[in-house]
Amino acid sequence: MSAAAGMVTGAKVWKFPGGLKLNGHKTLSATSAIEDAPIPAYLILPLAQHIGAAAKPVVEVGDQVYKGQTIAAPDGFVSTPIHASSSGKVVAIEERPVAHPSGLSAMCIVIETDGLDTPLSTPELEAHPDYSELDPSHLRNLVRQAGVVGLGGAAFPSFIKLNPGPDAQVDALILNGAECEPYITCDQVLMREQADDIARGAQLIMHAVQATTCLIGVEDNKSESIAALNKAIDALDDRRIKVVVVPTRYPQGGEKQLVQALTGREVPSEGLPLDIGIVCHNVGTAATVWRAVTRAEPLISRVMTVTGGAIKQPRNFNVRIGTPVSELLALSGGTQGTPARLVMGGPMMGFALTSDAVPVVKATNCILATTEAETAPVEDAMPCIRCGECAEVCPAGLLPQQLYWHSRARDLDRAQEYKLFDCIECGCCAQVCPSHIPLVQFYRFAKTEIWEAERDKRKSNHARERHEFRQDRLDREEAEKKARLAAKKAALKKDTSAANPVAEAIARAKARKAETASGQPADPVADMIAQAKAKADGNKKIPEKPASTENSSSTDDPVAAAIARAKAKADQKKTDSAAPSDDPVAAAIARAKAKAAEKSDEKSDDPVAAAIAKAKARKAEQQSAPEEKPTADDDPVAAAIARAKAAAAAKKDGD
Amino acid sequence: MLSAILSMAALAAAFGVALGYVSVRFKVEGDPLVDQIDAVLPQTQCGQCSFPGCRPYAQAIADGEAEINQCPPGGEAGVMALADLLGRDPLPLNPENGVAKEVKTVAVIDEDVCIGCTKCIQACPIDAILGAAKQMHTVIADECTGCDLCVEPCPVDCIDMVPIEDTTQTWKWPFPEADATEKAA
Repeated sequence: MSAAAGMVTGAKVWKFPGGLKLNGHKTLSATSAIEDAPIPAYLILPLAQHIGAAAKPVVEVGDQVYKGQTIAAPDGFVSTPIHASSSGKVVAIEERPVAHPSGLSAMCIVIETDGLDTPLSTPELEAHPDYSELDPSHLRNLVRQAGVVGLGGAAFPSFIKLNPGPDAQVDALILNGAECEPYITCDQVLMREQADDIARGAQLIMHAVQATTCLIGVEDNKSESIAALNKAIDALDDRRIKVVVVPTRYPQGGEKQLVQALTGREVPSEGLPLDIGIVCHNVGTAATVWRAVTRAEPLISRVMTVTGGAIKQPRNFNVRIGTPVSELLALSGGTQGTPARLVMGGPMMGFALTSDAVPVVKATNCILATTEAETAPVEDAMPCIRCGECAEVCPAGLLPQQLYWHSRARDLDRAQEYKLFDCIECGCCAQVCPSHIPLVQFYRFAKTEIWEAERDKRKSNHARERHEFRQDRLDREEAEKKARLAAKKAALKKDTSAANPVAEAIARAKARKAETASGQPADPVADMIAQAKAKADGNKKIPEKPASTENSSSTDDPVAAAIARAKAKADQKKTDSAAPSDDPVAAAIARAKAKAAEKSDEKSDDPVAAAIAKAKARKAEQQSAPEEKPTADDDPVAAAIARAKAAAAAKKDGD
Repeated sequence: MLSAILSMAALAAAFGVALGYVSVRFKVEGDPLVDQIDAVLPQTQCGQCSFPGCRPYAQAIADGEAEINQCPPGGEAGVMALADLLGRDPLPLNPENGVAKEVKTVAVIDEDVCIGCTKCIQACPIDAILGAAKQMHTVIADECTGCDLCVEPCPVDCIDMVPIEDTTQTWKWPFPEADATEKAA
């Protein structure tokens, strides 16, 4: 840090390693003004819109909600609330397809809009036109309550980045207006049309993080935006804010790349810009933060681009969060034929959508519908020839080739040694690969594999702790029981010390004999039921467990006992027909199980077979009924089992 | 000559004292190898390895009483990790201990059928089932390791092992399709 840590002036522009010159395709959508998209019939608001914890719904189905009302509250630290983007009625809180590369569904709040767009009568947030008196921590809370997340694409909760912590020294705030990815123009038009909000937002964030300088990085292909920003800054007469023009080079808009270009400082491996005294926000985020604090407007809409060769009228919209993509396609004049690819995000880092029913979320900066001609054909990957092109263009200075080999071999430790997690998935390496290897796919695969392994590790450590705790509890209970018994015995001894010891011994022997005669029940199920019966009869003294024949050494370990029981049961199942048990209750259970097995075996679409099975089941039920009757009356456990069985049978019949 | 003998003897005595002191001062309680093996095991506590829990199995491996291929929940990856740790040759999973599950599962109690017998609670190795005698029971899904131990003791067969479905949080990118690169390798 110290090497390059001079003053951050913005007088010089550095170069980040690698990168590519790409065809921008920006004029498609950048020429027209931002248009307000109308209120859709239904708003679909996913509860999870950024990394971290999903929000928790605070409304119920049937509730009337108003524009700007909190409908889901944060749950945990890295979490932000979600607000209703318009007024209407909550019609569902359920799983809906969401914008995610997996195409999976996730929990969403669905609002049927009433078209009135009625705001809350008393806004939840308080407007603070003069924020200069406010404590930075108070500002952060306001930003959090307004649900503001980064609008650049990653949607990280902004309030966390507004909180550098007590020890951090922030030299400069950097606003990211580079927008390097082809086709996307939402930041470009936002800077052109709302430069004033952005500049004021910059002032506010500088106050929040106590920064002394602000640099706004804009690529040199956006001259109108640069002019508009300069004009807004002049109007504010704030010398601390400076627009820095950077060369148009992908991925100039990557956070680490822009920081390096503007300050010459390199963000450390797996570190944050804050580690080198920089805080970086998107220009759209700055405008949103300013409106949230001074006008009490929560994040319920954003500017985004609908573009691509397959779109009839590409343009930028101010869209309510939760608007389905299909509505936006229709608003843009529809598509020319079926688009070859429908992508959320840009052509380099976006992901293909499987359906246009998914809603726009806070992170959505672009919907791209490309024609066949625009879409790079998917070519068969050839073997890597170790040409090293990928390493030349990697903006993070990694060795994509090595990462590829180790990811492909599933050698995840080695991949991490080669700094897999510093990869920003920009796609430069795959773009230049002469063998057309889908390199980024391999890195994404490896990253999610590593995350899963980490989740599993956490879970197994947790399970170990719980198991050890349980073991301790059982040992303690056992010790307590022994102590109680010993105390009782001692008390008894005192009472009967006068009795004849010989007679006592004879009585004990007799008792033991009787016990063995009455039957060491061979059937472990019957044994368990007997125990349960004894318990149910209100007898506090649990009869001593007969030693299991299989695992006599570890009977006092309940887990081992459970395993032994399960094994015995499985064995019994196998020999069921050969040697029917003479315990009527056990027999009934076995019969019920056999029935269940039979049923599941015969689970077929054939109605005749199903009817036969049902009839058989009924017959079996009738046969078993008279046997059960006598025991059922006086045995509560058997009665309960019978009841449950009847309920299950009735349910299955009903199905 | 004498000085050489004396100096060697003095050295030997000095090292002896130092080693003796160190062996007392830095005595290792327990067997660190068992801890390391236990850390690799998946902690389902399912008993499929024929030992009552993961730690007893780890102990058995450390004592040389068990092979490293008796843990189906750990799968091939688990065997590889154990082989790596212990410097042994990896073995295929022993089919006598069962087969690895293809998908992770979680126990679900059919609450309409449950009679409240507490048998599953006693069987659960990690206390992931809530309930009391004659009260309905339920599984704490987040804690359940999918060990199947509660299924057998249930007298009314109301516990099912249900596959855990992917969410957007747990979904994984698939391995890129095998193609020319794979063939060439």
